Amino acid sequence: MSNQVPIHEGLFTWPAAKPQLLGSRCNQCAEATFPAQPDCRSCGSRETTIVELGDRGILWTWTIQTFMPKQPYRSDETPETFRPYGVGYVEMPGGVRVETRLQANSPDQLQIGMAMQLDIIPFRTDENGDQKMTFSFSAAQGA
Amino acid sequence: MDVAIIGIGLHRFGRSPDMSGMQQGASAVRAALADAGLSWADMQFAYGGSQDGGNADALVNELGLTGLQFTNIWNGCATGGSSLHAAYSAIKSGEYDVGVVVGFDKHPRGAFNPQPKEWGLDEWYGETGLMLTTQFFALKTQRYMYDHGITEDALIRVSEKAFTNGSLTPTAWRQQALSYEEIANSAMVSDPLRKYMFCSPAEGGAALIICNADKAHQYCSNPLFLKAAAVRTRHYGSFEVFAPSQAMEVADAPTVTASKAAFEQAGIGPEDVDVMQLQDTDSGTEIMHMAENGFCEHGEQEKLLLEGATGIHGRLPINTDGGCLANGEPVGASGLRQVYEVCVQLRGEGGARQVPNKPKVGYTHVYGAPGISGVNIITK
Repeated sequence: MSNQVPIHEGLFTWPAAKPQLLGSRCNQCAEATFPAQPDCRSCGSRETTIVELGDRGILWTWTIQTFMPKQPYRSDETPETFRPYGVGYVEMPGGVRVETRLQANSPDQLQIGMAMQLDIIPFRTDENGDQKMTFSFSAAQGA
Repeated sequence: MDVAIIGIGLHRFGRSPDMSGMQQGASAVRAALADAGLSWADMQFAYGGSQDGGNADALVNELGLTGLQFTNIWNGCATGGSSLHAAYSAIKSGEYDVGVVVGFDKHPRGAFNPQPKEWGLDEWYGETGLMLTTQFFALKTQRYMYDHGITEDALIRVSEKAFTNGSLTPTAWRQQALSYEEIANSAMVSDPLRKYMFCSPAEGGAALIICNADKAHQYCSNPLFLKAAAVRTRHYGSFEVFAPSQAMEVADAPTVTASKAAFEQAGIGPEDVDVMQLQDTDSGTEIMHMAENGFCEHGEQEKLLLEGATGIHGRLPINTDGGCLANGEPVGASGLRQVYEVCVQLRGEGGARQVPNKPKVGYTHVYGAPGISGVNIITK
């Protein structure tokens, strides 16, 4: 079994029983942002704290990426094996809308306002044979 | 002090396989100089920009090493608007009397592929396929349609109008009109935007000769006046391209603030404008930019498009040369192509695409990543 590593440090808590997206919140104006950053884009303060943004949210807008993007896109796919993927912004309980890949990839599966859940999924295999894990959202299951 | 436009030049947009981007820029400058009846040696300053065509100031190798001040400008797709703003300020300050603004480009085929690092982002953002301008415009259009009751009919009508206007424009890249059905049945690229609703990266050049309005009549009998030039960047909360997250409260786009600033400078309002160019990298953005620039209310576009109000003979003639949709987008040149076309219309030289009733006030708007807008107001 290959090793699994996050595609970038600090985007989500993982491995964890219930992974959460991570962002930062400004100590001055309380605005949240993703990914976490040391300065606040809203008020310019340099005091921010890393916070969990949640693992469920509401779909704010969406589209389907139907063609394989050029570099810097870097997946294991070839033009022959490329599968269209969904992209959307999900409104998180932490108070920010996060841009994300969506597991759904056809318009009839997606609707603004639907409940979504976070999944940490393998994205590609790197040169060491490790699986790079990224975040994605799918239709929420259960309550 | 007022600023005049006394010469305009275009190197045809589309593909010029035998010419570099730089040569297309030089071709546009020569055309603008000829139009003004001036020579390169008369130019006291230049501002220029290009994304893929090389450093604009290297144009002196083609045009002549005259020692003029030449400053390169780079502001994404809003480069043309920013270059013209710089030239406007140079004249306004009284430092110079006459100079040139030039933009040119030559892009490889296919969608742009911006690099995360150049936009202050980490590699994962591009690597996982989130960094595409086409995707962003689709996401913004999707939400806009939901919020304001815009349907696919409106998206199709924008493209239909663009290609009709392109078919009347000898310098346009796409000169074939497309039917409503051809557009409606074209392949879905990024929901809700289809193939014929997107512009493509292209090639071309555009140039303007700008001068102190007090001296304009020394050079030409038909000067136009640049009444306003405003460039603004995004505010916190505006929904912009290359943004891994968005604030919950949506703020006005930079287009709204640039437009208001330009109208204030010119001392007129949207109701005074006779002919306009609004950035239309896709049909959704033209619809959003109609309202962001103050030409209608949000949601009103559906009806305006159904009535044909944005056509050449309508009351809001938008993108009379077919805009980016029919001309393609050579990034460095595109914003100046908009100004070129508005000048053609104000001069009454539009031929088959001429807006009737002698338009007197023109307006141009360009939008670029990661949230920059440039607006110009030009009068007779």
